[in-house]
Amino acid sequence: MGKKLAITGNQALAEAMRQINPDVCAAYPITPSTEIMQRFASFVSDGVVDTELVTVESEHSAMSACIGASAAGGRVMTATSSQGLALMWEMLHIASGMRLPIAMTLVNRALSAPINIHGDHSDGMGSRDCGWIQLYSENAQEAYDNIFQAVRIAEHEDIRLPAMVCMDGFIISHSIESMEFLPDEVIRDFIGEFKPKYPLLDVDKPVTYGPLVLPDFYIEFKRAQHEAINKAKKVTLEVAREFEKISGRSYGLFEPYRLDDAEIAIVLLNSAAGTAKDVVDDFRNKGIRVGLLKPRLFRPFPYEEIAEALGDAKVICVFDRADSFGGFGPMYMEIASAMMAAGSSPLMVNKIYGLGGRDFMPEDAEAVIKEMTGILDTGKTGTLKEYIGVRE
Amino acid sequence: MKLKGWKELEIGAIIPEAGNAEQYNTGSWRASRPQWIEENCIQCLFCWIYCPDSSVTVKDSKRGEFDYGHCKGCGVCAHECPGKKGKKAIVMVEEGN
Repeated sequence: MGKKLAITGNQALAEAMRQINPDVCAAYPITPSTEIMQRFASFVSDGVVDTELVTVESEHSAMSACIGASAAGGRVMTATSSQGLALMWEMLHIASGMRLPIAMTLVNRALSAPINIHGDHSDGMGSRDCGWIQLYSENAQEAYDNIFQAVRIAEHEDIRLPAMVCMDGFIISHSIESMEFLPDEVIRDFIGEFKPKYPLLDVDKPVTYGPLVLPDFYIEFKRAQHEAINKAKKVTLEVAREFEKISGRSYGLFEPYRLDDAEIAIVLLNSAAGTAKDVVDDFRNKGIRVGLLKPRLFRPFPYEEIAEALGDAKVICVFDRADSFGGFGPMYMEIASAMMAAGSSPLMVNKIYGLGGRDFMPEDAEAVIKEMTGILDTGKTGTLKEYIGVRE
Repeated sequence: MKLKGWKELEIGAIIPEAGNAEQYNTGSWRASRPQWIEENCIQCLFCWIYCPDSSVTVKDSKRGEFDYGHCKGCGVCAHECPGKKGKKAIVMVEEGN
Protein backbone atom coordinates (compact mmCIF):
# COMPACT_ATOMS: atom_id res chain seq x y z
CA MET A 1 0.00 0.00 0.00
CA GLY A 2 1.48 3.31 -1.04
CA LYS A 3 1.02 6.66 0.61
CA LYS A 4 -1.86 8.97 -0.21
CA LEU A 5 -1.20 12.63 -0.88
CA ALA A 6 -3.06 15.67 -2.20
CA ILE A 7 -1.04 16.73 -5.21
CA THR A 8 -1.29 18.28 -8.70
CA GLY A 9 -1.08 16.23 -11.89
CA ASN A 10 2.27 17.75 -12.80
CA GLN A 11 3.72 16.98 -9.36
CA ALA A 12 2.48 13.41 -9.69
CA LEU A 13 4.25 12.99 -13.04
CA ALA A 14 7.48 14.59 -11.78
CA GLU A 15 7.38 12.14 -8.87
CA ALA A 16 6.78 9.27 -11.31
CA MET A 17 9.83 10.36 -13.31
CA ARG A 18 11.90 10.43 -10.12
CA GLN A 19 10.84 6.86 -9.44
CA ILE A 20 11.60 5.79 -13.01
CA ASN A 21 15.03 7.48 -12.79
CA PRO A 22 15.65 7.60 -16.56
CA ASP A 23 19.19 7.75 -17.98
CA VAL A 24 18.55 10.89 -20.04
CA CYS A 25 15.90 13.62 -20.15
CA ALA A 26 16.05 16.34 -22.77
CA ALA A 27 13.31 18.93 -22.47
CA TYR A 28 12.27 22.50 -23.11
CA PRO A 29 9.73 24.26 -20.87
CA ILE A 30 6.21 24.96 -22.08
CA THR A 31 2.99 25.71 -20.22
CA PRO A 32 1.23 23.70 -18.79
CA SER A 33 3.85 20.92 -18.63
CA THR A 34 6.74 23.13 -17.43
CA GLU A 35 6.34 22.14 -13.78
CA ILE A 36 7.08 18.48 -14.53
CA MET A 37 10.59 19.19 -15.79
CA GLN A 38 11.12 22.06 -13.33
CA ARG A 39 10.54 19.69 -10.41
CA PHE A 40 12.47 16.93 -12.10
CA ALA A 41 15.40 19.32 -12.63
CA SER A 42 15.46 19.80 -8.85
CA PHE A 43 15.68 16.04 -8.39
CA VAL A 44 18.65 16.05 -10.78
CA SER A 45 20.47 18.89 -9.00
CA ASP A 46 19.71 17.36 -5.58
CA GLY A 47 21.26 14.11 -6.74
CA VAL A 48 18.19 11.98 -6.02
CA VAL A 49 18.19 10.68 -9.61
CA ASP A 50 21.09 9.65 -11.87
CA THR A 51 19.60 11.29 -14.94
CA GLU A 52 21.61 13.33 -17.43
CA LEU A 53 19.36 16.36 -17.95
CA VAL A 54 19.89 18.06 -21.30
CA THR A 55 18.52 21.59 -21.47
CA VAL A 56 18.04 22.47 -25.09
CA GLU A 57 16.99 25.47 -27.18
CA SER A 58 13.70 24.10 -28.53
CA GLU A 59 11.41 21.09 -28.48
CA HIS A 60 12.72 20.06 -31.88
CA SER A 61 16.14 19.78 -30.25
CA ALA A 62 14.64 18.13 -27.16
CA MET A 63 13.19 15.29 -29.19
CA SER A 64 16.36 15.10 -31.32
CA ALA A 65 18.47 14.71 -28.17
CA CYS A 66 16.02 12.09 -26.85
CA ILE A 67 16.37 10.16 -30.11
CA GLY A 68 20.17 10.26 -29.92
CA ALA A 69 20.19 9.20 -26.27
CA SER A 70 17.72 6.40 -26.88
CA ALA A 71 19.69 5.11 -29.88
CA ALA A 72 22.80 5.28 -27.70
CA GLY A 73 21.09 2.82 -25.37
CA GLY A 74 19.53 4.91 -22.60
CA ARG A 75 16.08 4.92 -21.04
CA VAL A 76 14.84 8.33 -22.12
CA MET A 77 11.94 10.59 -21.12
CA THR A 78 10.66 14.07 -21.87
CA ALA A 79 7.61 16.25 -21.30
CA THR A 80 5.83 18.79 -23.48
CA SER A 81 2.54 20.44 -24.49
CA SER A 82 0.86 22.03 -27.50
CA GLN A 83 3.28 24.06 -29.66
CA GLY A 84 6.14 22.10 -28.14
CA LEU A 85 4.72 18.85 -29.47
CA ALA A 86 3.95 20.55 -32.77
CA LEU A 87 7.59 21.66 -33.06
CA MET A 88 8.69 18.07 -32.37
CA TRP A 89 6.53 16.77 -35.20
CA GLU A 90 9.17 15.62 -37.68
CA MET A 91 11.25 14.10 -34.89
CA LEU A 92 8.24 12.19 -33.54
CA HIS A 93 8.18 10.21 -36.78
CA ILE A 94 11.91 9.58 -36.54
CA ALA A 95 11.60 8.26 -32.97
CA SER A 96 8.89 5.80 -34.00
CA GLY A 97 10.48 4.90 -37.35
CA MET A 98 13.77 4.08 -35.62
CA ARG A 99 11.76 2.07 -33.07
CA LEU A 100 13.08 3.95 -30.05
CA PRO A 101 11.07 3.41 -26.83
CA ILE A 102 11.09 7.00 -25.55
CA ALA A 103 8.41 7.83 -22.95
CA MET A 104 6.83 11.27 -22.95
CA THR A 105 4.26 13.02 -20.81
CA LEU A 106 1.99 15.22 -22.91
CA VAL A 107 0.02 17.74 -20.91
CA ASN A 108 -2.74 18.46 -23.41
CA ARG A 109 -3.11 22.09 -24.47
CA ALA A 110 -4.79 23.91 -27.35
CA LEU A 111 -2.79 24.83 -30.44
CA SER A 112 -2.34 28.41 -31.67
CA ALA A 113 -3.78 30.58 -33.23
CA PRO A 114 -5.24 32.31 -31.35
CA ILE A 115 -2.68 31.56 -28.68
CA ASN A 116 -4.18 29.81 -25.67
CA ILE A 117 -2.50 27.94 -22.83
CA HIS A 118 -5.44 25.84 -21.63
CA GLY A 119 -6.41 22.24 -22.06
CA ASP A 120 -7.80 20.62 -25.17
CA HIS A 121 -6.71 17.63 -27.22
CA SER A 122 -5.64 19.27 -30.46
CA ASP A 123 -1.95 18.60 -29.71
CA GLY A 124 -2.33 14.87 -28.96
CA MET A 125 -4.81 14.28 -31.76
CA GLY A 126 -2.56 16.21 -34.14
CA SER A 127 0.24 13.73 -33.44
CA ARG A 128 -2.07 10.76 -33.92
CA ASP A 129 -0.31 9.62 -37.11
CA CYS A 130 3.27 9.97 -35.83
CA GLY A 131 3.61 6.30 -34.86
CA TRP A 132 3.60 6.83 -31.09
CA ILE A 133 1.57 4.76 -28.66
CA GLN A 134 -0.91 7.08 -26.92
CA LEU A 135 -2.45 6.53 -23.49
CA TYR A 136 -4.97 9.09 -22.20
CA SER A 137 -5.65 9.76 -18.51
CA GLU A 138 -8.74 11.05 -16.71
CA ASN A 139 -6.95 12.32 -13.61
CA ALA A 140 -3.57 12.55 -11.86
CA GLN A 141 -3.81 8.99 -10.54
CA GLU A 142 -4.35 7.60 -14.02
CA ALA A 143 -1.56 9.73 -15.49
CA TYR A 144 0.80 8.53 -12.73
CA ASP A 145 -0.22 4.89 -13.24
CA ASN A 146 -0.10 5.19 -17.03
CA ILE A 147 3.46 6.49 -17.26
CA PHE A 148 4.95 3.37 -15.64
CA GLN A 149 2.84 1.18 -17.88
CA ALA A 150 3.84 3.28 -20.92
CA VAL A 151 7.53 2.63 -20.19
CA ARG A 152 6.84 -1.12 -20.02
CA ILE A 153 4.74 -1.16 -23.21
CA ALA A 154 7.23 0.97 -25.16
CA GLU A 155 10.22 -1.13 -24.13
CA HIS A 156 8.51 -4.50 -24.66
CA GLU A 157 10.60 -6.57 -27.07
CA ASP A 158 7.68 -7.05 -29.48
CA ILE A 159 6.93 -3.31 -29.57
CA ARG A 160 9.99 -1.05 -29.26
CA LEU A 161 8.05 2.12 -30.01
CA PRO A 162 7.81 5.48 -28.27
CA ALA A 163 4.80 6.16 -26.07
CA MET A 164 3.11 9.30 -24.78
CA VAL A 165 0.87 9.63 -21.75
CA CYS A 166 -1.68 12.43 -22.05
CA MET A 167 -3.56 14.35 -19.37
CA ASP A 168 -5.57 17.58 -19.53
CA GLY A 169 -3.67 20.83 -19.12
CA PHE A 170 -4.61 22.88 -16.01
CA ILE A 171 -7.77 20.85 -15.32
CA ILE A 172 -5.51 17.99 -14.17
CA SER A 173 -1.96 19.34 -14.41
CA HIS A 174 -2.59 22.23 -12.00
CA SER A 175 -5.49 20.98 -9.86
CA ILE A 176 -4.85 19.29 -6.54
CA GLU A 177 -6.46 15.93 -5.94
CA SER A 178 -5.87 13.02 -3.63
CA MET A 179 -3.96 10.12 -5.11
CA GLU A 180 -1.89 7.13 -4.11
CA PHE A 181 1.83 6.77 -4.73
CA LEU A 182 3.54 3.42 -4.98
CA PRO A 183 6.79 2.76 -3.08
CA ASP A 184 10.05 3.38 -5.00
CA GLU A 185 11.20 -0.24 -4.81
CA VAL A 186 7.85 -1.50 -6.14
CA ILE A 187 8.19 0.80 -9.16
CA ARG A 188 11.81 -0.19 -9.63
CA ASP A 189 10.85 -3.86 -9.79
CA PHE A 190 7.86 -3.16 -12.02
CA ILE A 191 9.72 -1.22 -14.71
CA GLY A 192 12.86 -3.34 -14.45
CA GLU A 193 16.14 -2.63 -16.19
CA PHE A 194 16.11 -1.23 -19.73
CA LYS A 195 17.81 -3.57 -22.17
CA PRO A 196 18.64 -1.65 -25.36
CA LYS A 197 18.55 -3.69 -28.55
CA TYR A 198 21.16 -1.93 -30.68
CA PRO A 199 22.98 0.61 -28.45
CA LEU A 200 25.20 2.95 -30.44
CA LEU A 201 27.55 3.11 -27.46
CA ASP A 202 28.35 -0.58 -27.78
CA VAL A 203 31.55 0.00 -29.78
CA ASP A 204 32.20 -3.72 -30.09
CA LYS A 205 29.04 -4.07 -32.19
CA PRO A 206 28.88 -0.98 -34.40
CA VAL A 207 25.48 -0.35 -36.02
CA THR A 208 24.01 2.27 -38.34
CA TYR A 209 20.84 4.19 -37.44
CA GLY A 210 18.93 6.19 -40.03
CA PRO A 211 20.14 4.91 -43.41
CA LEU A 212 18.51 5.95 -46.67
CA VAL A 213 15.84 3.40 -47.57
CA LEU A 214 14.50 3.56 -51.12
CA PRO A 215 11.29 2.20 -52.68
CA ASP A 216 12.70 -1.35 -52.66
CA PHE A 217 12.49 -1.54 -48.84
CA TYR A 218 10.69 1.47 -47.29
CA ILE A 219 7.21 -0.06 -47.32
CA GLU A 220 8.53 -3.26 -45.70
CA PHE A 221 9.77 -1.23 -42.71
CA LYS A 222 6.40 0.54 -42.43
CA ARG A 223 4.59 -2.83 -42.59
CA ALA A 224 6.75 -4.04 -39.68
CA GLN A 225 5.94 -0.83 -37.74
CA HIS A 226 2.21 -1.40 -38.32
CA GLU A 227 2.60 -4.92 -36.93
CA ALA A 228 4.52 -3.71 -33.87
CA ILE A 229 2.07 -0.98 -32.85
CA ASN A 230 -0.90 -3.31 -33.25
CA LYS A 231 0.75 -5.75 -30.83
CA ALA A 232 0.63 -2.96 -28.24
CA LYS A 233 -3.05 -3.77 -27.58
CA LYS A 234 -2.19 -7.20 -26.20
CA VAL A 235 0.88 -5.92 -24.36
CA THR A 236 -1.13 -3.05 -22.82
CA LEU A 237 -3.51 -5.59 -21.29
CA GLU A 238 -0.66 -7.83 -20.05
CA VAL A 239 1.12 -4.87 -18.47
CA ALA A 240 -2.18 -3.66 -16.93
CA ARG A 241 -2.71 -7.06 -15.29
CA GLU A 242 0.77 -6.89 -13.78
CA PHE A 243 0.18 -3.32 -12.66
CA GLU A 244 -3.05 -4.33 -10.93
CA LYS A 245 -1.04 -6.77 -8.81
CA ILE A 246 1.16 -3.99 -7.42
CA SER A 247 -1.47 -1.25 -7.20
CA GLY A 248 -4.90 -2.86 -6.90
CA ARG A 249 -6.03 -0.56 -9.73
CA SER A 250 -7.37 -2.17 -12.85
CA TYR A 251 -6.88 -0.79 -16.37
CA GLY A 252 -8.09 -1.90 -19.78
CA LEU A 253 -7.92 -0.58 -23.34
CA PHE A 254 -10.80 1.74 -22.36
CA GLU A 255 -13.12 2.19 -19.43
CA PRO A 256 -16.78 1.21 -19.86
CA TYR A 257 -19.06 2.99 -17.41
CA ARG A 258 -22.61 1.59 -17.02
CA LEU A 259 -22.51 0.51 -20.67
CA ASP A 260 -24.21 -2.87 -20.25
CA ASP A 261 -27.72 -2.68 -21.76
CA ALA A 262 -27.18 1.03 -22.59
CA GLU A 263 -29.34 2.30 -25.47
CA ILE A 264 -27.52 5.63 -25.49
CA ALA A 265 -23.72 5.69 -25.27
CA ILE A 266 -21.49 8.69 -24.93
CA VAL A 267 -17.77 8.57 -25.68
CA LEU A 268 -15.60 11.01 -23.77
CA LEU A 269 -11.85 11.23 -23.27
CA ASN A 270 -9.84 12.37 -20.23
CA SER A 271 -11.11 14.67 -17.45
CA ALA A 272 -14.52 15.39 -18.99
CA ALA A 273 -15.36 11.68 -18.64
CA GLY A 274 -15.19 12.10 -14.86
CA THR A 275 -17.66 14.99 -15.02
CA ALA A 276 -20.05 13.02 -17.22
CA LYS A 277 -20.06 9.87 -15.06
CA ASP A 278 -22.10 11.68 -12.37
CA VAL A 279 -24.58 12.82 -15.01
CA VAL A 280 -24.85 9.26 -16.35
CA ASP A 281 -25.73 8.15 -12.82
CA ASP A 282 -28.49 10.80 -12.60
CA PHE A 283 -30.05 9.58 -15.87
CA ARG A 284 -29.74 5.93 -14.84
CA ASN A 285 -31.57 6.81 -11.61
CA LYS A 286 -34.40 8.13 -13.79
CA GLY A 287 -34.48 4.82 -15.66
CA ILE A 288 -32.80 6.08 -18.84
CA ARG A 289 -30.37 3.50 -20.20
CA VAL A 290 -27.28 5.59 -20.85
CA GLY A 291 -23.65 4.59 -20.49
CA LEU A 292 -20.21 6.06 -21.08
CA LEU A 293 -17.07 4.82 -22.77
CA LYS A 294 -13.78 6.49 -21.95
CA PRO A 295 -10.99 5.48 -24.34
CA ARG A 296 -7.57 4.96 -22.77
CA LEU A 297 -5.40 3.51 -25.54
CA PHE A 298 -5.93 5.77 -28.56
CA ARG A 299 -2.97 4.49 -30.62
CA PRO A 300 -3.24 1.68 -31.45
CA PHE A 301 -7.01 2.10 -31.46
CA PRO A 302 -8.90 -0.97 -30.19
CA TYR A 303 -11.59 -1.02 -32.91
CA GLU A 304 -13.02 -4.52 -32.34
CA GLU A 305 -13.08 -4.25 -28.56
CA ILE A 306 -14.74 -0.82 -28.59
CA ALA A 307 -17.30 -1.89 -31.21
CA GLU A 308 -18.19 -4.83 -29.01
CA ALA A 309 -18.53 -2.66 -25.90
CA LEU A 310 -20.77 -0.20 -27.78
CA GLY A 311 -22.59 -2.97 -29.65
CA ASP A 312 -26.03 -2.61 -28.08
CA ALA A 313 -26.25 1.16 -28.23
CA LYS A 314 -28.81 2.59 -30.65
CA VAL A 315 -27.52 6.15 -30.33
CA ILE A 316 -23.88 7.11 -29.82
CA CYS A 317 -22.65 10.62 -29.12
CA VAL A 318 -18.91 11.05 -29.57
CA PHE A 319 -17.36 14.09 -27.91
CA ASP A 320 -14.20 15.60 -29.32
CA ARG A 321 -12.02 18.14 -27.53
CA ALA A 322 -10.23 18.77 -30.84
CA ASP A 323 -11.52 19.53 -34.29
CA SER A 324 -10.36 18.20 -37.61
CA PHE A 325 -11.56 21.24 -39.53
CA GLY A 326 -13.66 20.25 -42.48
CA GLY A 327 -14.04 16.72 -41.12
CA PHE A 328 -15.53 15.05 -38.09
CA GLY A 329 -13.64 15.16 -34.79
CA PRO A 330 -10.81 12.61 -34.57
CA MET A 331 -12.52 10.46 -31.94
CA TYR A 332 -15.77 10.37 -33.94
CA MET A 333 -13.90 9.12 -37.00
CA GLU A 334 -12.43 6.24 -34.98
CA ILE A 335 -15.70 5.25 -33.33
CA ALA A 336 -17.56 5.45 -36.65
CA SER A 337 -14.88 3.23 -38.27
CA ALA A 338 -15.14 0.76 -35.40
CA MET A 339 -18.93 0.48 -35.68
CA MET A 340 -18.92 0.33 -39.48
CA ALA A 341 -16.27 -2.42 -39.56
CA ALA A 342 -18.25 -4.42 -36.99
CA GLY A 343 -21.38 -4.20 -39.15
CA SER A 344 -23.26 -2.01 -36.66
CA SER A 345 -25.17 1.05 -37.72
CA PRO A 346 -26.13 3.04 -34.65
CA LEU A 347 -27.21 6.68 -35.02
CA MET A 348 -24.04 8.66 -34.37
CA VAL A 349 -23.49 12.33 -33.66
CA ASN A 350 -20.35 14.33 -32.94
CA LYS A 351 -20.07 17.15 -30.40
CA ILE A 352 -17.04 19.42 -30.36
CA TYR A 353 -16.57 20.80 -26.83
CA GLY A 354 -14.11 22.43 -24.47
CA LEU A 355 -11.66 23.88 -27.00
CA GLY A 356 -9.03 26.15 -25.48
CA GLY A 357 -9.95 25.00 -21.98
CA ARG A 358 -13.65 25.99 -22.06
CA ASP A 359 -15.18 24.23 -19.05
CA PHE A 360 -17.20 21.11 -19.60
CA MET A 361 -19.92 21.24 -16.95
CA PRO A 362 -22.42 18.59 -15.81
CA GLU A 363 -25.13 20.70 -17.49
CA ASP A 364 -23.35 20.27 -20.82
CA ALA A 365 -23.41 16.49 -20.49
CA GLU A 366 -27.02 16.66 -19.31
CA ALA A 367 -28.18 18.71 -22.31
CA VAL A 368 -26.48 16.34 -24.76
CA ILE A 369 -27.88 13.19 -23.14
CA LYS A 370 -31.36 14.79 -23.27
CA GLU A 371 -30.85 15.48 -26.97
CA MET A 372 -29.82 11.83 -27.44
CA THR A 373 -33.04 10.60 -25.81
CA GLY A 374 -34.89 12.64 -28.45
CA ILE A 375 -32.83 11.03 -31.23
CA LEU A 376 -33.58 7.61 -29.73
CA ASP A 377 -37.33 8.38 -29.83
CA THR A 378 -37.47 9.88 -33.31
CA GLY A 379 -34.68 7.94 -35.02
CA LYS A 380 -33.52 11.23 -36.56
CA THR A 381 -30.10 12.74 -35.89
CA GLY A 382 -30.29 16.24 -37.38
CA THR A 383 -26.88 17.94 -37.72
CA LEU A 384 -24.20 15.30 -37.25
CA LYS A 385 -21.36 17.53 -36.11
CA GLU A 386 -21.97 20.47 -33.83
CA TYR A 387 -20.10 22.66 -31.37
CA ILE A 388 -21.51 22.79 -27.83
CA GLY A 389 -20.92 25.35 -25.07
CA VAL A 390 -20.32 28.06 -27.65
CA ARG A 391 -21.95 31.51 -27.71
CA GLU A 392 -24.13 32.38 -30.70
CA MET B 1 19.12 -11.72 -55.19
CA LYS B 2 15.83 -12.32 -53.36
CA LEU B 3 14.98 -9.25 -51.30
CA LYS B 4 14.02 -9.76 -47.65
CA GLY B 5 10.36 -9.60 -46.64
CA TRP B 6 9.10 -7.34 -43.84
CA LYS B 7 9.33 -10.04 -41.18
CA GLU B 8 13.02 -10.65 -41.91
CA LEU B 9 14.25 -7.07 -41.55
CA GLU B 10 15.96 -5.55 -38.53
CA ILE B 11 13.66 -3.14 -36.67
CA GLY B 12 13.83 0.56 -37.48
CA ALA B 13 16.03 0.07 -40.57
CA ILE B 14 19.03 -0.46 -38.32
CA ILE B 15 22.09 -1.89 -40.06
CA PRO B 16 23.78 -4.21 -37.56
CA GLU B 17 26.68 -5.12 -39.85
CA ALA B 18 29.50 -2.58 -40.03
CA GLY B 19 30.97 -1.67 -43.42
CA ASN B 20 28.41 -3.49 -45.54
CA ALA B 21 27.98 -0.49 -47.87
CA GLU B 22 30.73 -2.23 -49.87
CA GLN B 23 28.16 -4.86 -50.87
CA TYR B 24 25.92 -2.21 -52.42
CA ASN B 25 27.01 -1.50 -55.96
CA THR B 26 26.58 2.22 -56.61
CA GLY B 27 28.87 2.48 -59.64
CA SER B 28 25.90 2.15 -62.00
CA TRP B 29 24.91 5.76 -61.19
CA ARG B 30 27.98 7.01 -63.12
CA ALA B 31 27.55 9.17 -66.24
CA SER B 32 31.28 9.50 -66.93
CA ARG B 33 34.20 7.43 -65.72
CA PRO B 34 37.68 8.46 -64.59
CA GLN B 35 40.47 6.91 -66.62
CA TRP B 36 43.89 6.45 -65.07
CA ILE B 37 46.87 7.07 -67.34
CA GLU B 38 49.74 5.49 -65.43
CA GLU B 39 52.60 7.04 -67.43
CA ASN B 40 51.44 10.54 -66.34
CA CYS B 41 51.01 9.55 -62.68
CA ILE B 42 53.47 10.88 -60.05
CA GLN B 43 51.88 8.82 -57.23
CA CYS B 44 50.99 11.93 -55.21
CA LEU B 45 47.76 10.14 -54.09
CA PHE B 46 45.72 13.36 -54.27
CA CYS B 47 43.04 11.29 -56.01
CA TRP B 48 42.93 8.89 -53.06
CA ILE B 49 42.68 11.78 -50.57
CA TYR B 50 39.98 13.67 -52.46
CA CYS B 51 37.78 10.74 -53.51
CA PRO B 52 34.50 11.23 -51.54
CA ASP B 53 33.90 7.48 -51.74
CA SER B 54 36.83 5.08 -51.40
CA SER B 55 37.08 4.21 -55.05
CA VAL B 56 40.83 4.75 -55.55
CA THR B 57 42.55 1.54 -54.55
CA VAL B 58 46.00 1.82 -52.97
CA LYS B 59 48.48 -0.93 -52.27
CA ASP B 60 52.00 -0.49 -50.81
CA SER B 61 51.59 3.29 -51.02
CA LYS B 62 50.96 3.14 -54.78
CA ARG B 63 47.67 3.71 -56.44
CA GLY B 64 46.04 0.97 -58.51
CA GLU B 65 42.93 0.77 -60.68
CA PHE B 66 39.66 2.53 -59.82
CA ASP B 67 36.95 0.58 -57.99
CA TYR B 68 34.29 1.04 -60.67
CA GLY B 69 31.76 -0.84 -58.58
CA HIS B 70 31.52 2.21 -56.29
CA CYS B 71 32.94 5.18 -58.25
CA LYS B 72 30.03 7.51 -59.12
CA GLY B 73 32.04 9.54 -61.59
CA CYS B 74 32.02 12.85 -59.71
CA GLY B 75 35.30 13.88 -61.35
CA VAL B 76 36.95 15.31 -58.23
CA CYS B 77 40.02 13.06 -58.75
CA ALA B 78 40.48 14.28 -62.34
CA HIS B 79 40.10 17.90 -61.21
CA GLU B 80 42.67 17.57 -58.43
CA CYS B 81 45.19 15.48 -60.40
CA PRO B 82 48.39 17.57 -60.97
CA GLY B 83 49.64 15.13 -63.64
CA LYS B 84 53.15 15.20 -65.04
CA LYS B 85 54.54 17.98 -67.26
CA GLY B 86 51.07 19.39 -67.99
CA LYS B 87 49.56 16.01 -68.82
CA LYS B 88 46.75 14.75 -66.53
CA ALA B 89 47.01 11.23 -65.13
CA ILE B 90 43.22 11.11 -64.71
CA VAL B 91 40.76 12.11 -67.43
CA MET B 92 36.98 11.79 -67.47
CA VAL B 93 35.45 9.76 -70.29
CA GLU B 94 31.74 9.67 -70.99
CA GLU B 95 30.21 6.27 -70.18
CA GLY B 96 29.16 4.29 -73.22
CA ASN B 97 31.98 5.71 -75.39
